[in-house]
Amino acid sequence: MNRFAPVGDSALLIELASEFTEQANRQVIALDQAINRAIDERRVVGIVETVPAYVSVLVVFDPLVTDHDVVRAAINLLDTTSAAVGEPSRHHVAVCYDLGVAPDLEAVAVYSGLSPDGVVEAHLSGSYRVVMYGFAPGYAYLSGVPDPINVPRKQQPVRGVPAGSVIIAGGQCLITTIEMPTGWSVIGRTHFRVLPDQSDEPFAFRPGDEIVFDRITLDEYKATT
Amino acid sequence: MNTASLRVVAAGPLVTFQDRGRLGHLRHGIPASGPMDRTAHAIANVVLGNPAGATTVEVSRAGASFECVGSSMTVAVVGGRFRTAVNGAAIGPNIVVTLVPGDQLAVASGPSGSWAYLAVAGELAIPRWLGHTATHSLSGLGGGHVTAGLDVGVAAARADPLLDGPVAIFPGNSLIDGVVRVVLGPQDHRFTAEALQHFVTVPFALTEEFDRMGVRLDGPHLDLDAALSIPSEPIVRGSVQVAGDGVATVLLADHQTTGGYPKIATVVGADLDAFCQLRPGDSVRFVPVTPAEAITRVRTHAAASEKFFNDELLRTRQLARRLAETDLIGDVGAG
Repeated sequence: MNRFAPVGDSALLIELASEFTEQANRQVIALDQAINRAIDERRVVGIVETVPAYVSVLVVFDPLVTDHDVVRAAINLLDTTSAAVGEPSRHHVAVCYDLGVAPDLEAVAVYSGLSPDGVVEAHLSGSYRVVMYGFAPGYAYLSGVPDPINVPRKQQPVRGVPAGSVIIAGGQCLITTIEMPTGWSVIGRTHFRVLPDQSDEPFAFRPGDEIVFDRITLDEYKATT
Repeated sequence: MNTASLRVVAAGPLVTFQDRGRLGHLRHGIPASGPMDRTAHAIANVVLGNPAGATTVEVSRAGASFECVGSSMTVAVVGGRFRTAVNGAAIGPNIVVTLVPGDQLAVASGPSGSWAYLAVAGELAIPRWLGHTATHSLSGLGGGHVTAGLDVGVAAARADPLLDGPVAIFPGNSLIDGVVRVVLGPQDHRFTAEALQHFVTVPFALTEEFDRMGVRLDGPHLDLDAALSIPSEPIVRGSVQVAGDGVATVLLADHQTTGGYPKIATVVGADLDAFCQLRPGDSVRFVPVTPAEAITRVRTHAAASEKFFNDELLRTRQLARRLAETDLIGDVGAG
């Protein structure tokens, strides 16, 4: 049973589960799509945006037009079981795992009892799915990091981790889009751009999409931009 | 013809370009950003005849100063009670003034308030990202940080000296006795009864850890009922998040879009502008209201705000009409 919780005067949080599972997240994506289809078809009014997360969907509304109860009732009427979840896309991301751009690869190897190459092989073997965007612009959280390299966060965040870093922690992986401190382990670098540059380019991923990492050498990394 | 611009002489940290904000991208990890005090930003624009959501310079308590270049232009400085001066002469906070080329405008922290908005009659030529100039301060995405040496072009700059003078401030934004209304939750049920009791009865003070992302509060530690790790959930502007150390933070314009710490409450939108104008050391009391009461409060506030803006627009249009009937533009433009 979904739990609805009011968030201030203009949002409603719908929690579909208390713990993350791939199944719960697929339900999140189906609900998010059902709500947005209802918005497009004008079957609901006053909803400004929706935010799909691990196990919840935030529905932001215009309090001058609608309220928590009306939005909740409208969402309860939506049929999400038959909602055809849009076909996920598959994206290839070329990653350089050279130690020069992967400062934590050796530490992850020590933690997991693998060689640095073994860590890379493990990372390449994962089945990655975009669970949500969160935290910072274009930070797409990927599930599917293989168990042997499921490392915890570091005790202290490290500053100045550049954009394009491929980082892992707690069974998740993401590609950073801006320079920021992080407590996750940096195991590679990519030129892949998740964020649109200017204009009306789309974002690279949609929640539910599949990601495949491909290994490139440092020379190949340097030869591209 | 001279090209009008505003040259940045000096600017402290956290001085940024902001339009009304970039809504609709929370699902991409992007908060709306936009002004910390949305009302003051809109007033600064409206009194000059600009669209309410147009780009302004948001000046932090660190202050900033500018030089008028190329042609005369009328500007507004609206927000906290900042010390505002032209060529060293104080002109008071919340003011419209017409600058002539060579004039130096300084905006510095004054007796109260944390943010002031510098609007220019015309349009600041600032790059947009995803349709908006609003700056996400952590990344600099959007119009970006305002830094010394920057020469900001002003398209269609106007000099309307009849607009000069003090600006009326929207009275509906003051916090009476430091009361900030909140809707409890969405994770209030995760806290101990004592923590919930403290949250709504004991005053909290703002600390120096205050930027566009949020402000950490100084007050009683808010203990969780049981150690927990919740999967990261969406966050909104005004979320009161409690970290593992029991310390509460109110998340603001450039908030992270998701987080795994429980949120004990959410500040009602109508109280956020005034909350953002508080300073470190100022104290607040959180008073819970029901979701229905919060909606009523937002609607009442919006109606009062709309009336205020309509009155201001009317005043500005009347002045513009009088201006058109006289020939002041020629006199000032020659300066």
